[in-house]
Amino acid sequence: MKLETMYQEIILDHYRKPLNRGLRAPFDVEVHHVNPTCGDELTLRVELDHTDGKAVVKDVSYEAIGCSISQAATSVMTELVLNEDLDAALITQGEFLQMMQSRGEVEPNEDVLGDAIAFAGVSKYPARIKCALLGWMAFKDAAAQAMAAAGASTDSQKETA
Amino acid sequence: MSLATNSITSALDVEKVRADFPLLSRTVRDNKPLIYLDSGATSQRPISVLDAERVFLERSNAAVHRGAHQLAEEATDAYEQARAAIASFVGARFEELVFTKNATEAINLVAYAMGNAAAAGAEAKRFALGPGDRVVITEMEHHSNLVPWQQVCERTGAELAWLPLDDEGRLDLTDLDTIVNEQTKVLAFVHQSNILGTINPVDVLTKRAHDVGALVVLDACQSVPHGPVNFAELGVDFAVFSGHKMLGPTGIGALWGRQELLEVLPPFLSGGSMIEQVYLDHSTFAPPPQRFEAGTPPVSQAVGLHAAVQYLRHLGMDAVAAHEHALTGYGLEQLNAVPGVRIIGPATNDKRGGAISFVVEGIHSHDVGQVLDDRGVAVRVGHHCAWPVCRRYGVAATTRATFYVYNDFSDIDALVDGVVGAQEFFGVRP
Repeated sequence: MKLETMYQEIILDHYRKPLNRGLRAPFDVEVHHVNPTCGDELTLRVELDHTDGKAVVKDVSYEAIGCSISQAATSVMTELVLNEDLDAALITQGEFLQMMQSRGEVEPNEDVLGDAIAFAGVSKYPARIKCALLGWMAFKDAAAQAMAAAGASTDSQKETA
Repeated sequence: MSLATNSITSALDVEKVRADFPLLSRTVRDNKPLIYLDSGATSQRPISVLDAERVFLERSNAAVHRGAHQLAEEATDAYEQARAAIASFVGARFEELVFTKNATEAINLVAYAMGNAAAAGAEAKRFALGPGDRVVITEMEHHSNLVPWQQVCERTGAELAWLPLDDEGRLDLTDLDTIVNEQTKVLAFVHQSNILGTINPVDVLTKRAHDVGALVVLDACQSVPHGPVNFAELGVDFAVFSGHKMLGPTGIGALWGRQELLEVLPPFLSGGSMIEQVYLDHSTFAPPPQRFEAGTPPVSQAVGLHAAVQYLRHLGMDAVAAHEHALTGYGLEQLNAVPGVRIIGPATNDKRGGAISFVVEGIHSHDVGQVLDDRGVAVRVGHHCAWPVCRRYGVAATTRATFYVYNDFSDIDALVDGVVGAQEFFGVRP
């Protein structure tokens, strides 16, 4: 039975008990991403903390409707990026993207991906890759927007100073 | 779950039919027999269709309507004979059937032609749309019969209105006379819903539209493949359907229009093949159907669709309809009996066709589809290009099984077993 290679226990656990779910304030940016082929929808908020010239992911919160893969992947993503340096979080995001696009051909980096390595089996099903990526792409988008907004406000502060 | 299988007599000899479809004998996902329940998305093709296309390409391939050589003549004959056969299959005259790339293009053809009509001379005035005019669709339309009308309304300033759905999955016609009002220029609706299975009352809708002088555009993609359909008898003004949903090739669809309308409808796509005379500063256009077939047409696809129509005629469209009606009745009965399954669409087998959409409590349709796929059962999951329908019934997506000539009761048993299997796998079996 191939089903278990896709639906690893870690995935089913996160699906049944998703982490960090529910929209929280304060936040810097809110994004809304959809998967137009299946109708999955995700609203995600990111709050960054900027200290010592470094951005840290202070909070990620979300509301979503979607399949077990998209729900579990988003839950795992929040666990991996919360309270991490944004740079490190984006490296994890890159590793996850690479794993999902590998169709199972590339050995995933477990040190970086942690629980997210459970999604390696999903990469063998092209129709489900977008499900697994929904939360991660929304996070990347929100973080980039938050950084741009922070840059703009730093610039304007400089300008006023 | 193999209840009643032997007690229901089928109108078709499914075993014999299946032998004509090479693809159906393959296995999927670790050697499981394929159970194909996704013909509503695209149907499989019998060997006669594959052969017709191949023989045409091996023997007679050439550009049509030009060239003085024998191949050009044979190709033109094959293309126009296909038109004649396909037109006759839907109760149309030869001149009334326009080949398009697909049904979506056929709807866009009408919508764009109407959008262009204001600047296309006095004869085309009756098609013109503008502020104060109304276009009416329904809440159950496939995106292909919704988005083109949204777009033409945005471009012309016409207003878009729609007939709502009731809780069962049928059109709520309580306010038909106020929604299809005197300002209405077009009423576009689906004959048989691709997601709900509902068969709409063409007579009631067409009568109201014609009472107020509106044109009727019928999306017949899910009706022409599945039963006898005669556009002239239905009394509509335009109708569209698609080749690949009726055992034919992709890349070909058709627009049917009443001759007196096609004769004055302005062109949509322009270029080669659709002209009468061309000067540097202006052109005149060929009569229909050529006026609407700009560019090199899908010739081998037309030949393939001709063979598909012959195959369906041989089975008999009444028999096809009776067969699918029996399958639908059995499918509804079996799925209704599974606790935790909710059918989205008419729950009874009255005025509905062989598309059964459902949700399984506690499992997203993608996950239901994955479990079914693991068992070799191919279904469609998602919003089925009818997102407003999903919103209307408060579901993100549905699982949809659709039936055709090569399906049997045992396919439905496998579907139902798979749904129960999904409930067990995800631990949500009530």
